[in-house]
Amino acid sequence: MVLRRSLLGVLTIVLIAILVYVATLVLPGDAATAILGQTATPARIRLLRHQLGLDAPVITRFLHWAWHALRGDFGDSLSLRAPVTSLVGIRLANSAVLVAVVAAVSTGLGIVGGSLAALRRDGWLDSLASLLALASSALPEFVVAVFVVMLLAVNVLHVFPAISLLPPGSFILSAVSKLVLPVITLVIVVTPYAFRMSRAAMIEALDSDYVEFAKLKGVPLPRILFVHALPNACAPIVQVVGLNLLYLAGGIVLVETVFDYPGIGQMLVQAIDNRDVPMIQFIVLALAVFCVGLNILTDVCVQLLSPRKRFPRF
Amino acid sequence: MPDQHGSTAPGRVRGGRLARAIRRALRTRRGRIGLALTLLVVAVAFIGPLIPGPSPTALRTLPFAAPGHGHGLFGSDDLGRDVLARVLHGGRRLLLLALASTVLAIGLGAVAGVVAAYRGGWVDALVMRLVDVLLGVPQLVFVLVLVSMVGPAVWLVILGVGLSHAPQVARVARAAAQDVTERDYVRAVAAWGVPARTVIRRHVLPSLVTPLMVEFGLKLSFAIILIAGLSFLGLGTQLPNPDWGVMINENRVGMSSNPWAVLAPAILLALLALGVNTLADAVARANLPAAVAEDAAMQLLATESPVTDPGEPDAEVWA
Repeated sequence: MVLRRSLLGVLTIVLIAILVYVATLVLPGDAATAILGQTATPARIRLLRHQLGLDAPVITRFLHWAWHALRGDFGDSLSLRAPVTSLVGIRLANSAVLVAVVAAVSTGLGIVGGSLAALRRDGWLDSLASLLALASSALPEFVVAVFVVMLLAVNVLHVFPAISLLPPGSFILSAVSKLVLPVITLVIVVTPYAFRMSRAAMIEALDSDYVEFAKLKGVPLPRILFVHALPNACAPIVQVVGLNLLYLAGGIVLVETVFDYPGIGQMLVQAIDNRDVPMIQFIVLALAVFCVGLNILTDVCVQLLSPRKRFPRF
Repeated sequence: MPDQHGSTAPGRVRGGRLARAIRRALRTRRGRIGLALTLLVVAVAFIGPLIPGPSPTALRTLPFAAPGHGHGLFGSDDLGRDVLARVLHGGRRLLLLALASTVLAIGLGAVAGVVAAYRGGWVDALVMRLVDVLLGVPQLVFVLVLVSMVGPAVWLVILGVGLSHAPQVARVARAAAQDVTERDYVRAVAAWGVPARTVIRRHVLPSLVTPLMVEFGLKLSFAIILIAGLSFLGLGTQLPNPDWGVMINENRVGMSSNPWAVLAPAILLALLALGVNTLADAVARANLPAAVAEDAAMQLLATESPVTDPGEPDAEVWA
């Protein structure tokens, strides 16, 4: 299964690479005009197009690009005049930190909240949390970001910096306070799914015969929760963590832009503004690889965690 | 007898199913709250431009003037334009774009899903592979790259958002259609020599109405979020036309002097997203079995893992 999924994954990535390459080719006023500006003479533009290799046939350029990309060379950024991979490195790390922190916090909150809500089903805590979850999952992330900034940075309290601007090339962990608001925003948007999924999975586990039996036997409640119920609720929870990470791959674009957070999401928006084709190609492809890989990993984990799927015919 | 009424009966059934599904949702409190919120924002967006008042693009006062003192109910924005006027004019386009792209997504997805389910074989494999490819890129990134190609053209935003939402609709439609095409009576009709088009129209499509309507509600709420996000990034709109997403971005810098320039469009967007989402949720809960409805709501997460896809023979290699 792993092998089959991996092959399909590779095929998907190749198709996405072609799609990305073709899509970025159609950008109006190609890189040469973007670099030289609107006032450049046609002769100079033609010269630069030739220097950049923009006048070769599409297939040649794609194969050339793909061959170099396979060896980790995605070309030079057109607007920043440096290899894409070296420019992206630290930003990739910054985005990874953001996504990892958000995933950890939201999963923890979701599981604890979901378990408590499942335990006291239809109590006030459950109703309140379910309502909050419904509300916050419906909101667009940049609207949440605006509310968070108003509340914690600009209008009501002045606790955290409203934007996460850093000197170019610095790592976000060198200024942790600038991580706070983007994390809070994404946690608000993402936690509801972890919460809803954990709640549903825990309710199913708690209603089962084995939990009933453990209760009758007099097993203390924490032990029932953590030893009997939680492991059986694991598969759906892993699934929702995977889905959350997938969502974050797209969600960081807007949130990083709102906060001027130095990650690849903001860099993608800048690259699109600058018509910086190699940069767009690399970032989109990186996000696609992340998504496809994550999908496979999630599936494998779910299979490993649910015996019924592992041995379907018993 | 069926021949006499054949052309009208499916339409009647479909209309009946739609009306019944909506009525069922509106009987719940959740459904009524969702509808009320949605209608409120829709009213602002469509009646707003008709209300006489200052022009939404006229430069009137100093930038970021606080409300009151002749600066209007919500003050002025980054260029000294009237925030109230811009709020009233800034929603219609978003709603129309969201509606159009959702219709496109449902149409494309339903056709792809039904064809895949009905034909099976390599057509099915091809369509589903395409679905996986489209789901491999985050939706916002997909539309972002597409829209940045040609610029802020309306048709491109509709096409991009529609295309990015169609794959999931195709999965739902395929699962539902597969369910029907495997029934004996449908097989019997097909074996009889009735053309595929007629079989699909008369026997497969009617049973897709309810799941597709649930999809429509969900996809509409995603489309609103996606299009608002695009215009926040400055794509898909034409300056200086007012737009709620654009307003939030333009006026962020002046949040401390006139928060209303950001707060007013943000609140309207929030209410709209909440309303449509709540309504869609109510429709799903009222018309689908509980487990499926929960699944449908979880789709908010953009990409669905194939584990939940009943068509995927999961564990074959483990066995």
